[in-house]
Amino acid sequence: MKKLLFLFAAILFVVAGCSSSDDTNSDNPGTDTFNRKALLENIADNIAIPAYKSFKGEMTNLKTATSEFVTTADESNLIKLRTAWLDAHVSWQSVSMFEIGKAEEVSFRNFMNVYPVTTIEIEKNITNGGYDLNSVSKQDEQGFGALDYLLNGLADSNAGIVAFYSSDVNAIKYKTYLSDVVEHMDTLTTQVVNDWTGDYRDSFVNNSGSSATSSLDKLVNDFLFHYEKHLRAGKIGIPAGVFSNTTFNEKVEAFYKKDASKALFNANLTALQDFFNGKHFGSATTGESLKTYLDFLNTIKEEEDLSTLINNQFNLARTEASNLADDFSAEVRTNNNLMLDAYKELQKNVVFLKVDMLSALSIRVDFVDADGD
Amino acid sequence: MSTKYFEKNTEAAPLAVFRIFFGIMMSMSIIRFWSYGWIDKLYIQPKFFFTYYGFEWVKPLGVYTYIIFVVCGVSAIFVALGYKYRIAILIFFLSFTYIELIDKTTYLNHYYFISLMSFLMIFLPANVYYSIDAWRKGTSYQHIPKWTIDVVKLLLGIVYFYAGLAKLNSDWLVKAMPLKIWLPSKYDIPVIGNIMHHEWVHYLFSYTGAIYDLTIPFLLLYRKTRGIAFILVVVFHILTRILFPIGMFPYIMIVSTLLFFSDNFHHRVLAGISKIFKISKNYFDTNQVFSYSSIQKKILISLVSLFFVIQLLLPFRYLLYPGELFWTEEGFRFSWRVMLIEKAGYANFKIIDSVSGSRFYIDNDDFLTAFQQKQMATQPDFILQYAHYLKQHFKKQGHKNIQVFVESYVTLNGRLSDQYIDPSIDLVKEKESFKHKTWITPFKDEIKGL
Repeated sequence: MKKLLFLFAAILFVVAGCSSSDDTNSDNPGTDTFNRKALLENIADNIAIPAYKSFKGEMTNLKTATSEFVTTADESNLIKLRTAWLDAHVSWQSVSMFEIGKAEEVSFRNFMNVYPVTTIEIEKNITNGGYDLNSVSKQDEQGFGALDYLLNGLADSNAGIVAFYSSDVNAIKYKTYLSDVVEHMDTLTTQVVNDWTGDYRDSFVNNSGSSATSSLDKLVNDFLFHYEKHLRAGKIGIPAGVFSNTTFNEKVEAFYKKDASKALFNANLTALQDFFNGKHFGSATTGESLKTYLDFLNTIKEEEDLSTLINNQFNLARTEASNLADDFSAEVRTNNNLMLDAYKELQKNVVFLKVDMLSALSIRVDFVDADGD
Repeated sequence: MSTKYFEKNTEAAPLAVFRIFFGIMMSMSIIRFWSYGWIDKLYIQPKFFFTYYGFEWVKPLGVYTYIIFVVCGVSAIFVALGYKYRIAILIFFLSFTYIELIDKTTYLNHYYFISLMSFLMIFLPANVYYSIDAWRKGTSYQHIPKWTIDVVKLLLGIVYFYAGLAKLNSDWLVKAMPLKIWLPSKYDIPVIGNIMHHEWVHYLFSYTGAIYDLTIPFLLLYRKTRGIAFILVVVFHILTRILFPIGMFPYIMIVSTLLFFSDNFHHRVLAGISKIFKISKNYFDTNQVFSYSSIQKKILISLVSLFFVIQLLLPFRYLLYPGELFWTEEGFRFSWRVMLIEKAGYANFKIIDSVSGSRFYIDNDDFLTAFQQKQMATQPDFILQYAHYLKQHFKKQGHKNIQVFVESYVTLNGRLSDQYIDPSIDLVKEKESFKHKTWITPFKDEIKGL
C-alpha cells in the first residue's frame, strides 16, 4: 500500500510539472505532424515583417511630404501629401490585423485608425494647443482619420484647404497639428516595426505551443477580431446601419476623401485572405498558413473541405463588393441595399471562420479561461 | 434489498478519511477559483446571467458574492475538521449550489457532482469518528452502518458508469470524435505530443476511455482488482488533466476512489495524520457502534433511496425528447455526459419592429462575456433566455413592437456548421419549459447509440 501511495505522489508531481509547462516550446515537432513553427515563421518572415517594412516606407514618405507641405503650403504640395497619405492608408490595411506584441501593447490600431474622428475636438486641439496625443481619449482626434479631415475635409476646394495652412490666422497652428499627428503615427510605427525586426520575431516564432497565450492562438483570435469588427462591421456594417435603426454614411473610412473607402476595404479584404492562405507579402508565393493547417487536419478528419469554402466565401464577398461605388458614403445614401448585400457575404465567412475553423483548429475564443468538463 | 443489509456495520474510518479529503479538496478549489480572479470575471463582471429554469431567483450579490465564497470555503474546512459537521456540510451544500445556480454558463458535471455529493453527505454519519465533534462530545463511534459508506461508492460508481454509457455512440466509437479534433492540437505535450495526430491514437483513447468508465466501478469494488484499478484511476485522471483544462476534478476523483480501499488502509492514513498533528487516534478507537433509531433509519433510507432513484433515471430523460440529444441538448445536463461533444456556434440576433419594419443586429459583446457567448451560441435554452433579455433591454430603451430573431450556426463534432435555430421564429413569443423546443432546426445527420 505504501508503494501505491508513493506512486500516487510521484505521478502527482509529474503532472504538476507537465501542467505548468503549458507554454514550453517544442523545437522538434516531429516529422509528420503539422509544423506550427513553420507556420509562424511564414507569417512573421514572409507576411507580417515585409508588410510592416513596406508600411514603414510609406510612413516615411508621408512624413517627407508633410514637411514639404508645412514648408511650402501650396496646392501642388497638398496634392502630393494627399497621395502619400492615401498610399500609407492603403498600406496600413496590410498590417492592421497584426494587433499582437508591441502593436497590442501600444494599442497601435486605435491610435492609427479610429474613425469617424471628432472634428470639433480636432479644431479645439488646433486652436488651444496643449494636447497630448498619447492620451487614450484623443484616439479619435488623430491617425489616418484626422489626416483625412485635415487634408480633405477643411474646405471644398484645394485652394480653400491650402488657405487654412497659409492665410488663416491659425495657419501655423494647423501646420503644427498636422506635423504632430504624422509624427506620432510615425513614432508608433517605428516602435512596432523595430520590435518585429528585433527581438519580437524570435519570441513570436518560438511561442509555438497550443496554450491560450501561444502565438497562433492569439494571432488567430486577432485575425477573427479584425475580420469581424474592423472589416465586416467597421468598413461596411456600421455605416450601412446593420447594428442600428438608421444608416451612418459619415461613419465610413476616409469619409472626407470620398472616393477611397472602397479601395481601403478591398486592400484589407485581400490582406486578410492572403494571410489565411499564407501568401507572401508582395509576391505570389504561398507558405504554411491557416489554410494548409486546415488541410492537414482535414486529412485526419475527412470532412468538408473547409479551406476551399472559406476562400470561396472571401471571393464571393469581393465580387459582391465590386458592385459598390468607390465612395461608400455615397453608396449608403443612394443605394444602401448594395452595402447590405456585401455585408451579408462577409457575414457568412464569420460563421466559417469563427465556428468551423476555430473548432477544427481547436483554438479557444479569446479570454475564455475557465475549467471544462 | 433485504433488511439484513441495512443492519450491517463497518468501520467508520473510510468515511472519516473521505470527509477530511473532501473538505480539504473543496476549500482548495475555492481558493484556486478565487486566486484566478474567476469570482470577479464570472460572477461580478457580467451584466446578465443565464439562470436555470425554476431558479431565476438565484442572483449574484455583487461584491458580496465574495462572502458566499468565504462561507463556502470556511464550511469546507469545518467539514474536513468534522467540527459542527452537520451544519457545516449543509452550509457548504447550500453555498456551493447557490454559486452554481447563479449562471449556467459555468455548468460543469464536476460541480454538479460536488453538489450531489455534499447533499448526500448531509445525511451520513461522517463526523462520528475522528472528528472534532466526536472529541468534544466525548463519544466516538468506530463503527457505522455499512450502507452509509456504500451510498458514496454508489454515487461515484454512477458517475463513472453513466459517463461510460454516454460514450456508446457512433461519433465516439466509429468516428473517434471529438478526440480526433482535440488530440492533434495537443502536439506540444512532452513525450506523447508527437503521436497525438495519429488516427490510431484517437481510437485508442476513445475505446479505452469508454471501457475505463464502464468497468472502473466494478474493478474498484473487488479486492483483487482494486490495486490495479487505482493505478488506472490515477493514470486516467492524470492524462485527462494533462490533455484538457479540467481543473481540480481529476484530483477530487482520485482522492474519492480511495474510499474503496480496505479499512486497514484508512486506519493507516489516520494514523499518519495523527502522527503529524499529534492526535491521539486511540481516543477515537472505541469499538462502539453508531446506530440510528428505527424512525431515523426509516426516514434516512427512504430519502437516500429516492435520491438514487432520481439519479438513475434523470440521465435517461433525454429519451422523452425527439431529435438528436447532442444537437438539441434537451436532457443533456445532469447526466454525466462528459467530454462528448466539440460544439461551436455563432448566434446573430436581429431586432425588428413588427410595425415599422425597421431592424438592426445585436453586437453580443455589448451584453455578454466571451464565455457566455460561447455557451449561448450552442444551447437553445440560452438563446431563448438571451432573446427575452434583449427584448426587455430594448423595451426599456423605448423600442416598441419588438420581435427577436436569431441567425445561428453550429458545428458538432467536426461536421460543417449548419443552421441551428429556425430564423423565422420570433423568440419573444416562445416560452421556456421542459417541453421540446420545436424551433430548433432538426439535425441533418444521425448519431447512433445511447
